[in-house]
Amino acid sequence: MLKVLKSGFFTSVQDLGRFHHRKKGVPVSGCMDQQSVYKANTLLENDNRSAVLEITMTGPKLLFKKETSIVLGGALISVTLNNRPIQNYKVYQVKAGDVLTYGSFKKGFRAYLAIKGGFRSKEILGSRSFYVPITDKNRLEDGEEVRYEEHQGFTPKISELKADSLLDETVLEVYKAPEFDLLTDRQLEHLFSKEFTVSKENNRMAYQLSETLEGHQHSILTSATLPGTVQFTPAGKLIVLMKDGQTTGGYPRILQLSDKSISVLAQKREGNTISFKFI
Amino acid sequence: MIHPPISLKPYGRHAILIEWPNEVSETILESILDFEDFLIRDCLNEREWETISAYNSLLLVHPKLEIDFPEFSQSIKEWYERSKGGVAREKVLWKLPVSYDKAFGIDLDEVANRLGMGTDDIIKLHTESVYTVYGIGFVPGFMYLGGVPQELEIPRKPTPRLKVKKGSVGIAGRQTGIYPQESPGGWNIIGNCPIPLFDRNKKNPCFVNVGDKIQFQKVSLGEYELHKIEAEVGIYKPEKVLLDA
Repeated sequence: MLKVLKSGFFTSVQDLGRFHHRKKGVPVSGCMDQQSVYKANTLLENDNRSAVLEITMTGPKLLFKKETSIVLGGALISVTLNNRPIQNYKVYQVKAGDVLTYGSFKKGFRAYLAIKGGFRSKEILGSRSFYVPITDKNRLEDGEEVRYEEHQGFTPKISELKADSLLDETVLEVYKAPEFDLLTDRQLEHLFSKEFTVSKENNRMAYQLSETLEGHQHSILTSATLPGTVQFTPAGKLIVLMKDGQTTGGYPRILQLSDKSISVLAQKREGNTISFKFI
Repeated sequence: MIHPPISLKPYGRHAILIEWPNEVSETILESILDFEDFLIRDCLNEREWETISAYNSLLLVHPKLEIDFPEFSQSIKEWYERSKGGVAREKVLWKLPVSYDKAFGIDLDEVANRLGMGTDDIIKLHTESVYTVYGIGFVPGFMYLGGVPQELEIPRKPTPRLKVKKGSVGIAGRQTGIYPQESPGGWNIIGNCPIPLFDRNKKNPCFVNVGDKIQFQKVSLGEYELHKIEAEVGIYKPEKVLLDA
């Protein structure tokens, strides 16, 4: 068991996501920054579906009750294991009684804690990812415990990986989405020549951008959406759907972020700027 | 049978969108669902592909595969040609209980006033109509229901409520539906359905499929409570009527 001594701002269990229930309205969910999680799980030689903790904005304080190995990933953050600083993308052995303390975020918005064998919170509809109402809770609370299996003497093939530049990237690579052709030349020009700022309306469901394009009067019949879809409201607002985003929508869908760019955006917070570029 | 025309659009690297003419009609929906069945049965591996249908569109998603749009479009067009005729699908009408008691139907009086009818007329119109499920989305188990009679057409509330109770049955414009969970909402609430439309503990968590029909049945407050308990302990079976193809 991992005991959550302090939960931080928003800490949840996430895996690759929940598939094959979208036709009934269930969002995919799963890690916002899948690229970082993939790397952390790889170091631990975990299956890539292994569940991790996703830690947003401020970090928790965690007590390990069994021996295992861990890897930190995602945002750069000061973390100590029994008061000794540890770093991202490096395998550490932990013993029963060890305490992991997250400090201040230096760069990025979401940090990850991967563990040998993955966290074993309850699997519902094929995934352990927190999402209400599929799961009872959307975040861990003080005092709560999360299950994991004991692992002794794990010797990793690779013990360390270099952190990638994902946290520094500001360009989102995009593809055309179904209503791309509705954009006027002026809207297109604006879309690909200017920077956009992440607004305070940003969470696991969607990121809204502050700057608007010229508005429009197009309406579409409600149709399927995906994580990474950029919706374009009549007022000219851009809304980027993220992992907990709704499965259908009625706003024109103009762009689709690449998988990597979903990870890039997931590490941005209010006030950060991004721009769009075709792949 | 003549197939309605389709158009194909790229949607990122892992998905492709198939669109039918931009209209809300049974004919279009039937064509979409026939083709979806055909694709799953004869062309695509259901364990890998997800399909999401709504009104005039069908999205095909493969989270791992990088789709070559021109090549895959060609295959889809050929499959669509071949799918002509289709296989008869089971047509299902679900009868769902609704209590229109004032305790639940918090906007019923106002709706009646604005439409110039009695509350009984509203309930009669709402329960007589048979609705078509054109899509499921927004939140788990939320059905987009079409077929609301013109007499019941009323705009959504000027200010949405922050909390609409789970099971609330609402009307707005030419739409009606049930809020499957507590959520914000701007529809006019006229009743409540005691049956959960989404049960995460079931292998198929939502018994309704796109293309099914829904009819609401007025129940008393006592029956409502009984059905609620039956549903909670897992013995309530929604009334299912098979319709002729």
